[in-house]
Amino acid sequence: MALVLEPPTGISPEGATAKPAGPGLLSRPLETTRGIMSWVTTVDHKRLGIMYGVASILWFVIGGIEALFIRLQLAVPNGSVIGADTYNQMFTMHATTMVFLVVMPLSAAFFNYFLPLQIGARDVAFPRMNAFSWWGYFFGGIFMYSSYFLGGFPDGGWFGYAPNTSTTFSPGHGIDFWIIGLQMLGIASTVSAVNFIVTVFNMRAPGMTLFRMPVFAWMTFVASFLLLFAMPIITVALFLLTFDRSYGANFFNVSQGGEPVLWQHLFWLFGHPEVYILILPAMGIVSEVLPTFARKPLFGYPVVVFSGIAIGFMGWGVWAHHMFAVGLGSVATAAFGVSTMFIAVPTGVKIFNWVGTIWGGALRFTTAMLFSVGFILTFVIGGLSGVTHSLVASDAQQTDTYYIVAHFHYVLFGGALMGLFSGIYYWYPKIFGRLLDEKIGKTHWFLMWIGTHLTFGPMHVVGLQGQPRRMYRYDTGMGFDFWNLVETIGAFIIALSLLVFFFNVIVTHRKKGQVVPIDPWDARTLEWMTDNPPKPHNFDIVPTVHSVDEFWHRKYAEEPDTHRVKRVATAEQVLEHDYVDPKSIHMPSPSYWPLALGFSLFVLAYGALYVAVPVMILGAAMVIGSMFGWAVEPSAEPHDDDHDHGTGGSDALALTTGGSH
Amino acid sequence: MSTAAVHDDAAHDDHALGGHGAHVTATGVSNEKLGMWVFLGSECLLFGALIATYLNYRGKSINGPYPKDVYNIPFTSASSFILLMSSLTMVLALSAVGRGDGRRGRIWLISTALLGSIFIGGQIYEFRDFYQAKGLGLSTNLFGSSFYVLTGFHGVHVTLGILMLFSLAFLSWRGKITKANKETVEIIGLYWHFVDVIWIVIFTVVYLIK
Repeated sequence: MALVLEPPTGISPEGATAKPAGPGLLSRPLETTRGIMSWVTTVDHKRLGIMYGVASILWFVIGGIEALFIRLQLAVPNGSVIGADTYNQMFTMHATTMVFLVVMPLSAAFFNYFLPLQIGARDVAFPRMNAFSWWGYFFGGIFMYSSYFLGGFPDGGWFGYAPNTSTTFSPGHGIDFWIIGLQMLGIASTVSAVNFIVTVFNMRAPGMTLFRMPVFAWMTFVASFLLLFAMPIITVALFLLTFDRSYGANFFNVSQGGEPVLWQHLFWLFGHPEVYILILPAMGIVSEVLPTFARKPLFGYPVVVFSGIAIGFMGWGVWAHHMFAVGLGSVATAAFGVSTMFIAVPTGVKIFNWVGTIWGGALRFTTAMLFSVGFILTFVIGGLSGVTHSLVASDAQQTDTYYIVAHFHYVLFGGALMGLFSGIYYWYPKIFGRLLDEKIGKTHWFLMWIGTHLTFGPMHVVGLQGQPRRMYRYDTGMGFDFWNLVETIGAFIIALSLLVFFFNVIVTHRKKGQVVPIDPWDARTLEWMTDNPPKPHNFDIVPTVHSVDEFWHRKYAEEPDTHRVKRVATAEQVLEHDYVDPKSIHMPSPSYWPLALGFSLFVLAYGALYVAVPVMILGAAMVIGSMFGWAVEPSAEPHDDDHDHGTGGSDALALTTGGSH
Repeated sequence: MSTAAVHDDAAHDDHALGGHGAHVTATGVSNEKLGMWVFLGSECLLFGALIATYLNYRGKSINGPYPKDVYNIPFTSASSFILLMSSLTMVLALSAVGRGDGRRGRIWLISTALLGSIFIGGQIYEFRDFYQAKGLGLSTNLFGSSFYVLTGFHGVHVTLGILMLFSLAFLSWRGKITKANKETVEIIGLYWHFVDVIWIVIFTVVYLIK
């Protein structure tokens, strides 16, 4: 997608006054840097958002191809497209890719681009750390995929159950790539979680209280807390596994008394909050899209926010429902069964609020709206099959069958990804200044909708009939044949729908002279109250916020006598203001250090993988060197050249003073 | 629109908060300090998972050496005391930097780092003693695995802290750490105190509880 790699127009001219600051090696590039170097060194949250988006879509294609291999293998009984070994690698990489390299970063793309805009900030709290998160994600993904050329993909499933992942049963390096790749992604996620939490706490515009924030900002906030607390747990689990595999520790060594269930506890204590990390951003997007296209405020805004928070808390108390087949004892399973039933309540509350939002609205069924409505319907189905897992006796039967596969694809594909696509169609004009074609978009939606239900709907049936997951083939005459073929056809329809999406992107960017108004949907929140695409500093004048849906309240007012709501200003009129000299707004300069630190981790990762001590020492030295370079790097503000901070956030000074210098 | 007034307020706050290192943020706490607090929240779960793993495997080793065979409680108590005293010198360092007394600030920073180094030296001695004299390796039994990984993780945290403290002392010597940005010292102090507090938990759980 080379067309996205052009720098947005109107890049700030203030860099002309910035000196090339800093000590010799890797000094800060000027803000006038253009071309690929300006992307490599960028710390702008909007560019990083685009980079997250592009990378995650590319990985979506790869993960999708892996899924197609799985479905081709299972299309007919006793399939022979790929062997058992390749099949194991495919389902492992498909799941790992979709969770860690697609849905999380695609959500992060929206966090990056729209969280600062929605809360009226000029950037995130730590712009360089933000760039580092991207590089950690990028190199982590590349590292994991490099396993293909270095002995084969990991094959232990996305939850890597020990001791199946011990060296006895997985002697190759595949699992090591999986472990260390996930560690890199975990570092990147933790850093970005800290960043977004501090951004929400500290960078809100005047008047933007927490309960005036758009719901998407809220869900970002909650998901960031989940990331913050969930990531260290999987980090520990993966470290234990590394020590077992590379250094002969006994954590999961059964012959020494090691307990495989410990891995399951640690993994799912991370893994269940993780599913809410995947779904909450999509819920946030849907909560933005529905009010806009129903032309009504979100029904019960505080209730939606509080259910999001409640999900964030309760998500920590249900992990063992992934382990009902383990035999934890009746008290534990009963408790987790009840908590699993209970967590459906805040989710159900949200569904009712969304329906209440649509109810009686002046609906416009744009593509974004269709994806959001589709999200609700599919998510209800996925949510209901989820509640059935709380019935322990029933779940014990369903464990490791396609019923489970059906459930999580309904919530993650039909749910999270539909929501994210809704966000793509909704925010595309803001990001690129172009509207995706609605007709092609609706075709995309229709095909994806049909494909989703054809692929994952029948999995309920064959799952309840007992088809086990992760089996590379099945015999004929077990009642699985017909539905498996239908599933494979559905998978290819989904693939076709994606081709339609890419076609849409190309068509849209080929159109000449399309002028998109700054507020094409008549939207409600602050991210629309700026240019298309926004300037590097987002807002010429940081807005002062008076209510939820601030932008809408600036466009519409109630007539005092008749109580009729009337439009009082166009978006362009709202935006009108006196000339602001862009030189008066200081944005942080680009930096090489995020890339340097990310690459250092990459080197360290290969050293750790092969237990090559010299490479490890080199990598560690590079990491520490990059951190020092980072810490003493000046923020390159012309009036503030000697301003040194030890902790990487000196950039924030310019961002929070509202451009008043 | 009253944006002009808002800008004046923001500029005013900037000065009111005391200048160079202070930022105008929605909470009034600087990004850096809040970021460190949030990060330490994440660290709690990291150590929480490690300690939980240790507790889960307590008393489950199927062969020796067992904890009672290797521990030298008086020795570890002494090195723990030294680590805890480093929190005191850290506070004194911050106080000196806050008064603008760079020389005393450096003395206390280096003292803190040296106390931390003594602790790490003690840990290295202890590991060697356990491994060479008492035959406890990482792969000997469950105790060896969980003991070395938990205390080793803590040791790496202390080592990184020592590195940061020496860097601070160096920056202060170069005139880069002054009264105006004493918050940098405070933030690294937060990390240092956290690592100390975690050690109290680890020492209690690993060494003291029978």
